Amino acid sequence: MTAQKTLPVDERWPRTAPAPAPTRRQISLRTREALYGYAFVMIWIIGFCVFTAVPLLQTFQYSLNQVNVTATGINLTFMDWANYTRALFTDPNFIELVIGYTIETLISVPIVLIFSMIVAMLLNMKFRMKGLFRVIFFLPIVITSGPVIRELTAQGAATVPGIAENPAIAQFLTDLPRTLRSPVEYLLTSFILILWFSGVQILIYLAALQKINPNVYEAAAIDGASAWEIFWKIILPSLSTVTAVNAIYTVITLSHFSENKVIQYIYNQTYNVQGGIGYASAMSFIYFGVMILVLLIVAWPLARWARRAFA
Amino acid sequence: MTAVLHHPRVQQVRGFFFGSRAHRGIIFTIVLYALLVAIGFVYLQPLLFMFVNSIKSPADLLNPMVQWVPTELFLGNYEKAFRVLNYPNTLLASIFISVVPALIQTAVASIIGFGLARYRFRGKWLIFLLLLATFIIPPQNTVIPQMLTYRELNLLGNPLALILPALFGQGYRSAIFILIFYQTFQSLPKVLEESARLDGASDLRIFFSIAVPSAIPAYIVSFIFSTVWYWNETFLTVIYLEGGLTTLPMQLSSFAQAYENLYPPGTVSIFDRLNEAVKMSGTFLNILPLLVMYFVLQRWFVESIEMTGITGE
Repeated sequence: MTAQKTLPVDERWPRTAPAPAPTRRQISLRTREALYGYAFVMIWIIGFCVFTAVPLLQTFQYSLNQVNVTATGINLTFMDWANYTRALFTDPNFIELVIGYTIETLISVPIVLIFSMIVAMLLNMKFRMKGLFRVIFFLPIVITSGPVIRELTAQGAATVPGIAENPAIAQFLTDLPRTLRSPVEYLLTSFILILWFSGVQILIYLAALQKINPNVYEAAAIDGASAWEIFWKIILPSLSTVTAVNAIYTVITLSHFSENKVIQYIYNQTYNVQGGIGYASAMSFIYFGVMILVLLIVAWPLARWARRAFA
Repeated sequence: MTAVLHHPRVQQVRGFFFGSRAHRGIIFTIVLYALLVAIGFVYLQPLLFMFVNSIKSPADLLNPMVQWVPTELFLGNYEKAFRVLNYPNTLLASIFISVVPALIQTAVASIIGFGLARYRFRGKWLIFLLLLATFIIPPQNTVIPQMLTYRELNLLGNPLALILPALFGQGYRSAIFILIFYQTFQSLPKVLEESARLDGASDLRIFFSIAVPSAIPAYIVSFIFSTVWYWNETFLTVIYLEGGLTTLPMQLSSFAQAYENLYPPGTVSIFDRLNEAVKMSGTFLNILPLLVMYFVLQRWFVESIEMTGITGE
């Protein structure tokens, strides 16, 4: 009954042609949209297959073989998991380097995160000569390249001047238990170097800080919140997502850095007669696995925190 | 007691030191600038150190009294480093090897980002997942088969070895640029696209006449970052360009060797041996082009990240 009552509206402007079946039209539009979407993305899909997926599988295949590159082609001799067991149990250097990498990365990430957060908050304030300081603080974005960092480290420009030679610190280091010594030593000798890896992170934090609505600060201040409370209750939670992003970015940058000792070892083994491509491939995969593990250790709690901050 | 504390004069003095709601106190200002200068020093010190050492004469280098102020401006190190680095050639090679892939990478990333942002299709989440994977997978896990293939195709040492992956959206850190463009194009109002479509514009037309002009900041940022990262990348360039072009960072990594080829150790006087000053000159010449670019374009580094919304939501 009620349906008939609404009908007259339609009758006043009768449709000349019946509308085509809506479902069919929608599907065709949908399909058209999807096709165009695929067309735009297609180049990436091809590229992914050719330049990432296939080489990745090939590397895995190499890792199970003894690879000999000759003038005529590539000879593979199936080795089962021998390359992996060699890297894990026989090679005296590899595991040590990987453990060193894991410890160093786990130490560096929090330092980079905290440091870049502090710098971003400083740059987000109003003060004189801000432009000058910004220019200086973003220098690492431009300069962090392998050979330059290596030269700087070799010249001792990477450490706090005089800290390694200080007898009190040397004594303190020898007093430490063995397991603690190498992380602390790394921290002392490479502290400045770590800071050079925070360029992009500062940028990302700064962008996130500038997105916070200034009214929120004002409201908090009117409610009597101190700067301390504003930091913990407003700023930090709103930085939670980018913190996770920055953490992932930092782990990846440190792990892919060409001066990374593990990468250099793998690279040298590639051209080694004894090791060769097969062995280097196996180590690459072990290193990749460790990297994922580090990534999970770092990103998991941060991602959970981010989700809770926005819940 | 409280009466004294609330006396306007006392309040004024307190405000001067500790700040009030309206302005910062002097103590806070001092702490702020101290922090800023300390952090600035961290970044500037190595550069200053590098520069000061690079203009030291051999006599200054040996003199323990000379630390931060050399007795003379000695440019001999730069002359040597210039020759050892084969500067004009390697500089051009570096510019070519970083600018061309960067341009291509930026253009391709924008196309892919547009596709991801403006169209609904199945399997998009999978593409995002794989996109992240390309960012995470270490280069050495894919580089060897690629190198062998390039060798077979006689492309090793050819710049195409770096350009081809960029052309297919698999360049160095392509995923980041694709995500930047994804963010940018997502914020483009749908209304613009729809009205263009009503006017009969094709999808390509919409991309080129609406999306691209609206995303100019993203293009500039992507291009700058891509150039810088390609410039600084040495792992892939060393492998792919072996036997071909030599870039500045590559030449710097073999600086000592190149120096001895040019100035054989037995034949030159003690002052012409490879020393720290020459090495520092080489390093400084290496970053000089980037520094120049940075100071020219620094506005873009600082500002445009905010425009592109790299932070992601």
